[in-house]
Amino acid sequence: MTTTTEATGIVNSLTTGRLPKWSPWVILAGSWVIMIVVFAFMAAANGTEFNIAAALVLGTVLFDVAIFVLAYLVEGIRQAKDRLVTSLVATAFILALIPLISLLYTVVSNGLPRFDLSFFSSSMRNVVGEGGGALHAIVGTLEITGMAALISVPVGLLTAVYLVEYGRGALARAITFFVDVMTGIPSIVAGLFAFAFFDLVLHDPGIRFGFGGSVALSLLMIPVVVRSSEEMLKLVPNELREAAYALGVPKWLTILRIVIPTSIAGITTGVTLAIARVIGETAPLLIISGFTASMNYDLFDDRMMSLPVFVYTQYANPGSDVQPYLDRAWAGALTLIVIVMLLNLIARLVARIFSPKLGR
Amino acid sequence: MTTATASPRAKLRPADRIFSTATLVAGSLILLALAAVAIFLVAQSIPALVADPADLKGSPSSFWAYVLPLAFGSVWAAFLALLMALPISFGIALFISHYAPRRVAQGLGYIIDLLAAVPSVVFGLWGIKVLAPAVTPLYGWLVDNAGWFPLFAPPVSGTGRTILTVAIVLAVMIIPIITAVSREVFLQTPRLHEEAALALGATRWEMIQMAVIPFGRPGMISAAMLGLGRALGETMVVAMVLSPSPGLITFVLTGSQNSSTIAGNIALNFPEAHGVDVNALIATGLILFGITLVINSIARVVINRRKAFSGAN
Repeated sequence: MTTTTEATGIVNSLTTGRLPKWSPWVILAGSWVIMIVVFAFMAAANGTEFNIAAALVLGTVLFDVAIFVLAYLVEGIRQAKDRLVTSLVATAFILALIPLISLLYTVVSNGLPRFDLSFFSSSMRNVVGEGGGALHAIVGTLEITGMAALISVPVGLLTAVYLVEYGRGALARAITFFVDVMTGIPSIVAGLFAFAFFDLVLHDPGIRFGFGGSVALSLLMIPVVVRSSEEMLKLVPNELREAAYALGVPKWLTILRIVIPTSIAGITTGVTLAIARVIGETAPLLIISGFTASMNYDLFDDRMMSLPVFVYTQYANPGSDVQPYLDRAWAGALTLIVIVMLLNLIARLVARIFSPKLGR
Repeated sequence: MTTATASPRAKLRPADRIFSTATLVAGSLILLALAAVAIFLVAQSIPALVADPADLKGSPSSFWAYVLPLAFGSVWAAFLALLMALPISFGIALFISHYAPRRVAQGLGYIIDLLAAVPSVVFGLWGIKVLAPAVTPLYGWLVDNAGWFPLFAPPVSGTGRTILTVAIVLAVMIIPIITAVSREVFLQTPRLHEEAALALGATRWEMIQMAVIPFGRPGMISAAMLGLGRALGETMVVAMVLSPSPGLITFVLTGSQNSSTIAGNIALNFPEAHGVDVNALIATGLILFGITLVINSIARVVINRRKAFSGAN
């Protein structure tokens, strides 16, 4: 702290001063305090609400500037740039956390008022205004997503087995490439495909049914399942396969009894994450499964509500009194988030608990 | 890998053949599905292309006059989202790969992945109920003070349901994918390059400039393209947040008149559409499919080439 840069032209970083180790934290805290004070004064002067998020964001920006100037004065330009980038990179991370925290907070605080028993025990049939629930949507989501998983898991897993154990040459390369490309298909295109397909096959220009939604979702789910299962199958050590062959076990049995059981924890994790990804898809179900206010248990006949579409329709088509509809939309959003988070948690737990210990 | 080339050849059991055929069929089914998507979308689009444009919704002068504003809206919103998401995503990726302590780095990665797990309809609800009211005063200030700048031309939107709000939400939604891909690439940087730079006295930022970024540039480009593809196809946020003006092409960020996007337009109009309008919507979907397919293919080719030649793995 005592020596400053001398005006000798080239700055030697070994002879310049160094900011003490605690200085970034102190400067950060200082900038936050300054901005909070400034904002508190502004809020008091204008009579507006005190905005802590804006204060913290601007405080962080102030910190980025302050640390650059201070480091430049004490340590020289190279160290100053380094510190600036370090603080900017950390700022980027915090910046991304703001929407996440804000979103989780609003969903929980707005969703809790209607997160009650009647929400999970009644449908929207003959409900205008308050009351009603999302039972029909939850049933629909479970059925549609379950059927999508039923289609995607065998196809995806067998494809992964083909890619890892059998596939050589152009076909395997093409499948790998197009599976990667398929992960980027917009979800609404999957819905349009399901509609176009069943419209032409069944000759029903206004077709809406749950199974179509399952087909659309599996189009989005299969690539995810393939990619994750492929990674997991590749992790199985070759020694295990060779040991099985040496004992005279046929290849298909080796795969079924040795390779897949060894990697089943990772595959389960991948499948669970894939389900978590598609269970929140709205656009394809809006197109091919439609929406309804009534219970429908039949995947193959008539419109079927799903939870994401429920959230959307409650928001988009409210009655004259908007609030009960919005409350239901938020409660539906909360339910969705809880389901997705639970699935993610299960996936991580499965990966942690059941994965084989391969270390020596 | 495991097939023995030397004799004696293993006996071919029927079960073996059945199993390997089953895996082959499953793999081919995926290619078939992708082809089917293209074929059925084309088949359903043709009626819209040959129909009298006056029958389409809004009676445009031709089908392309109907599509162009939508395509423009899609590209414009996705471009804005990418502009905001890129610096933040690369920052986060660098933070996780090179700045954060090893022990917490993975946990931080999970937190960013949580953003990807939030369903898009929830993002839409958040965008319209939280973000739009929050940014409305900011838009008012921008239009008052920077209204001479064409992007902020008055009048200002009173609800905040503008293309810029949509782009902000889209940016938040594509941050996880860009971060995930570029993080992988940054982690692949050869350790020796990094250590050599540090040994020559480089600061951490200089090391990143000299070793990490040149190595990761192709990966960063394809990460950006994957994000672009995601933003182009995002539907519900646009459908819920944007207040669209059909058939309009405008660059203005803060006004109440906005170009709609292909995906948002489909979601808003499909439930009530009938007749040739359905075909027209499917045709716009086909165009969206084509655009994202091309973008994703290029991105994947770039990533795969990097994977094949990288000395890191």
